[in-house]
Amino acid sequence: MPASRARGRKPVVLTIVCTIVAIWLILPTLIVIPVSFSATKTFSFPPKGWSLRFYRNLFSSDVWRQAIIHSFTVGLLVAVVATVLGTLAAIALVKMRRRWSGLLNGFLLAPLIFPGIVVAIAIYGAYLRLGLVGTYTGFVLAHTVLALPFPIVTVTAGLRALDPNYAKAAAGLGATPWNRFTQVTVPLILPSVLSGALFAFMTSFDEIVVGLFIQDASFRTLPVEMYVSVTSETDPTIAAAATVVIVLSTLAIVGFHATRVVRRKGAARGV
Amino acid sequence: MTRVTETAGGIARREKFRGAGAIPGVVVLMAVFVAPLLFMLWRSFSEPTLGLQHYAAVFTDRTSLVIILRTLEVSVIVAVVTVLLAYPYAYLMTIATPSWRTVLTLIVLIPFWTSLMARTFAWYVLFQSNGPLDHLFESLHLGGLNILGSAVAVTIGMAQVIMPFAVFPLYSTMQGIDRTLLQAAQGLGARRHVAFARIYLPLSRPGIISSWFLVFVLSLGFYVTPQILGSSHNALLSQYIAIKIGDQLDFGFGSALAVVLVIVTGVILGALGGAAKVGSGATIERV
Repeated sequence: MPASRARGRKPVVLTIVCTIVAIWLILPTLIVIPVSFSATKTFSFPPKGWSLRFYRNLFSSDVWRQAIIHSFTVGLLVAVVATVLGTLAAIALVKMRRRWSGLLNGFLLAPLIFPGIVVAIAIYGAYLRLGLVGTYTGFVLAHTVLALPFPIVTVTAGLRALDPNYAKAAAGLGATPWNRFTQVTVPLILPSVLSGALFAFMTSFDEIVVGLFIQDASFRTLPVEMYVSVTSETDPTIAAAATVVIVLSTLAIVGFHATRVVRRKGAARGV
Repeated sequence: MTRVTETAGGIARREKFRGAGAIPGVVVLMAVFVAPLLFMLWRSFSEPTLGLQHYAAVFTDRTSLVIILRTLEVSVIVAVVTVLLAYPYAYLMTIATPSWRTVLTLIVLIPFWTSLMARTFAWYVLFQSNGPLDHLFESLHLGGLNILGSAVAVTIGMAQVIMPFAVFPLYSTMQGIDRTLLQAAQGLGARRHVAFARIYLPLSRPGIISSWFLVFVLSLGFYVTPQILGSSHNALLSQYIAIKIGDQLDFGFGSALAVVLVIVTGVILGALGGAAKVGSGATIERV
């Protein structure tokens, strides 16, 4: 740490405080991992014996398996729909005059700043009238609204970083606007599109508040099933479900950062 | 070669439809977000009869007043705790080497992207009676620790969930602070902590203020964490809304409560955006 060396002393107290903060951020979540391998039905820690019974239950019980299928299906559909809508909107945003793009951007990102409970009861009220409670359509539409800001932000950033000379060069070589878009722009912004899709999937996969209201007993996503099992059934399978979810999202976010670092290094070497 | 002979009309038409790509997204947002919110707003005035009776009730009904005050109190405490923890963390990020900065960023981001439900469940396991923290306190002869269902449990859980929203605004403000000012102050004879308190702290104030208000306003709407870690005796506004709508289907009163929450959130965020623009436009640009 060059800055601290310049002041002659290592920031010992600061490092200790930050280590405690870092532990508080990470460690509590990890407790579900040993608990998920427990042999007893209580969430005791350390577990009084080990087994895979909760994992077996997670993948064999109908309720949990249905929840997993619902979550993945909704998440993938949301990733596709939100990324297509978001990419189209981002392209429009960068072309528009600044005044209008600011307004439109604010409007499209609004679902992020509204309190989750408000969005949840508003959509629930409408879905009750429309018969969309507990349906794939209902979940995909609601999650698309919440996920849309992520592809918009990543693709807008990707487009703004794009060198306009590529498109001009393609035009100079006789490419039609459509070919320019599909063969030059899209491959260049593909990384931003894919990270937008990843964030959209994760937003849907983790979404809980709206899901709690628009679910019914026949259609629950994984977080909703976990919530129900904590609040009413205390079914210990939730520890296995939580572990799977934690491992998946950690892999996704670390993998995402790793590919970014690799790509940046590759770019620096001219690869 | 139509492109070369593009007419003025063609260009004007393209100008007009530059924003066309946004239409599908706007339509979905209108149908699934704006329309339901407007429907909710309408119901708060119209069910069962037209009038402002629900809004009058929000501010006269004892239960709802107690809950609103409690929500404000919890949010203030969560915001103070979070900013106090985030400040040193963001400061360390600014002076760390690039690779350590990546690690510190990941440590904040991993929980941010880890399922809220999984993390809240983890706190539930930790806080339960006969849980690990309970045993730890007993073995240290501190008596048991039985805080599941208490405001303390809610505060600890919420602060952890909300940390990234405090760290990143603080970090972006601190990054813009010229650290040579500190060396200058020390060169002029100020001791390290004096230089920090008189120079660095005031310069980082815009970041402290914006992250405090951001955390405060986000805390007002928290639902899942207080629902699982708290109890019905210390319900927050979002839980009260959920009871009114989800359990009692009282869409009139529940919607009025939600509208009040939206207005409070909007006013604070609006003021924050305005203040940030006036105070330090550069900071917002960088976020």
